[in-house]
Amino acid sequence: MTWDWGYAWETLPQLLDGLGVTVLATLAGTAIALVLGLVFTVMRRSSARWISIPTEIFVEFIRSTPLLVQLFVLFFVLPEAGIQLSAFMTGVIGLGLHYATYTSEVYRSGIEGVPAGQWEAAKALNLPTRRVWTSVILPQAVPPSIPALGNYAIAMFKETPQLTVITVMELLSVARQLGAENYRYLEPVTIIGVLFLLLSLPTAWLVRRMERRLVPAPRPV
Amino acid sequence: MSQSATEAALTSRKDGQFIHFDKVSKRFGDNVVLDDLSFAVGAGERVTLIGPSGSGKTTILRMLMTLMEPDTGTVRVGDDYLFHEERGGKLVPASEAHVRKVRQRITMVFQSFNLFPNMRVLRNVTEAPVHVLGLSKEEAEERALGLLEMVGLDHKIDSYPSQLSGGQQQRVAIARALAMRPDVLLLDEVTSALDPELAAGVLDVLRDVAKTTDVTMLCVTHAMKFARDISHRVLMFCEGKIIEAAPPEQMFDSPDHERTRSFLQSVLNES
Repeated sequence: MTWDWGYAWETLPQLLDGLGVTVLATLAGTAIALVLGLVFTVMRRSSARWISIPTEIFVEFIRSTPLLVQLFVLFFVLPEAGIQLSAFMTGVIGLGLHYATYTSEVYRSGIEGVPAGQWEAAKALNLPTRRVWTSVILPQAVPPSIPALGNYAIAMFKETPQLTVITVMELLSVARQLGAENYRYLEPVTIIGVLFLLLSLPTAWLVRRMERRLVPAPRPV
Repeated sequence: MSQSATEAALTSRKDGQFIHFDKVSKRFGDNVVLDDLSFAVGAGERVTLIGPSGSGKTTILRMLMTLMEPDTGTVRVGDDYLFHEERGGKLVPASEAHVRKVRQRITMVFQSFNLFPNMRVLRNVTEAPVHVLGLSKEEAEERALGLLEMVGLDHKIDSYPSQLSGGQQQRVAIARALAMRPDVLLLDEVTSALDPELAAGVLDVLRDVAKTTDVTMLCVTHAMKFARDISHRVLMFCEGKIIEAAPPEQMFDSPDHERTRSFLQSVLNES
């Protein structure tokens, strides 16, 4: 088996198209996971048990079942209930929902890391509940959560090949198609490995930078 | 002081009574923290709560700040119950809106400052006036700058709390509390976490507050000289009850109760 540069070069434009779909699915999925995870966290902390208990059960259920099964349910079962979404939208929602249950845990841990005195001070100032969350608790809870949230975004990026089972033409799907059409898998599969690596590394670096930037000012010397 | 004199002192300034604890009890498991406690504080009165650890002093402050609820009994601030509402002639548990309305008259300075570390000093002081009192940003900043000047920290408005010493943080916390123009200011061992030099600065600020405002103050402290200087009345707590109540001169110079004497002696020895 020898490496064919000509073939590799030829497949690159299609693989880059696939990469675009992968990146878009990851970004949209991450956005959903970040927002929905926070919503889950706040709902799980609600003093109204009719909100907190069903949310807890739902989160546990999603987290305990494979992403692949959830994608199948969304793609094949929902249309039977009259909900028809494109393969890409289904994939994004599946990724976002699945990872929201993990980001919810990250937020929970960040929120529990905020000292009780902060809640008490907010109460002593009679701040409205929404303001307590947006001005006091989340700005303290989120920065320490960023590395973990970022890691989940990177994990999601690396899980996007699962979308291939619901016909989303992401990176792996394109590579498989090219391999099948040309009876050569080495170049496209190697290239997608390199592309995943090239995107994962800078993202990890970016996450570390954001963490440094968002953490509150250091103590004086 | 005789029993009846203590009872009279418990409800001194009868005409202007403002805070009422009526048969309040609180227990944590088997530990009775407040035991059927009744007392009142007048409007503008400055009362210091003293006593050994676990005697219920801080519980009183935390209850007034609605950070914990009584098991039984009622607490009133002005004409309003704190944890109850009157409906159809009956007392029912208060709604969140009612608690918020009453709580707006009260604020607290904590032992561990509890400034918001993600906000600069100025925003720490303006946040609640803007979002609770509805002041404009300019009005809130003007008020905050005046108060920060009073506590000697108007040059630190752009600092983060982590860039301030403990004493400076506590002075900002005092400014933050006063920015709400509260009727009741609760001070919970505000100098306990500070070394003596920094504590002196904080106590000086509070002496100024006592002198220049008519805010009702309830203060838990082990700084007895400060308590003597600012208090109208001192309440001695022991095992969830007030065992002695008297003006500071009387409490510190000739306490009536043996437990008070031994407590004051131990505090004196510590300092």
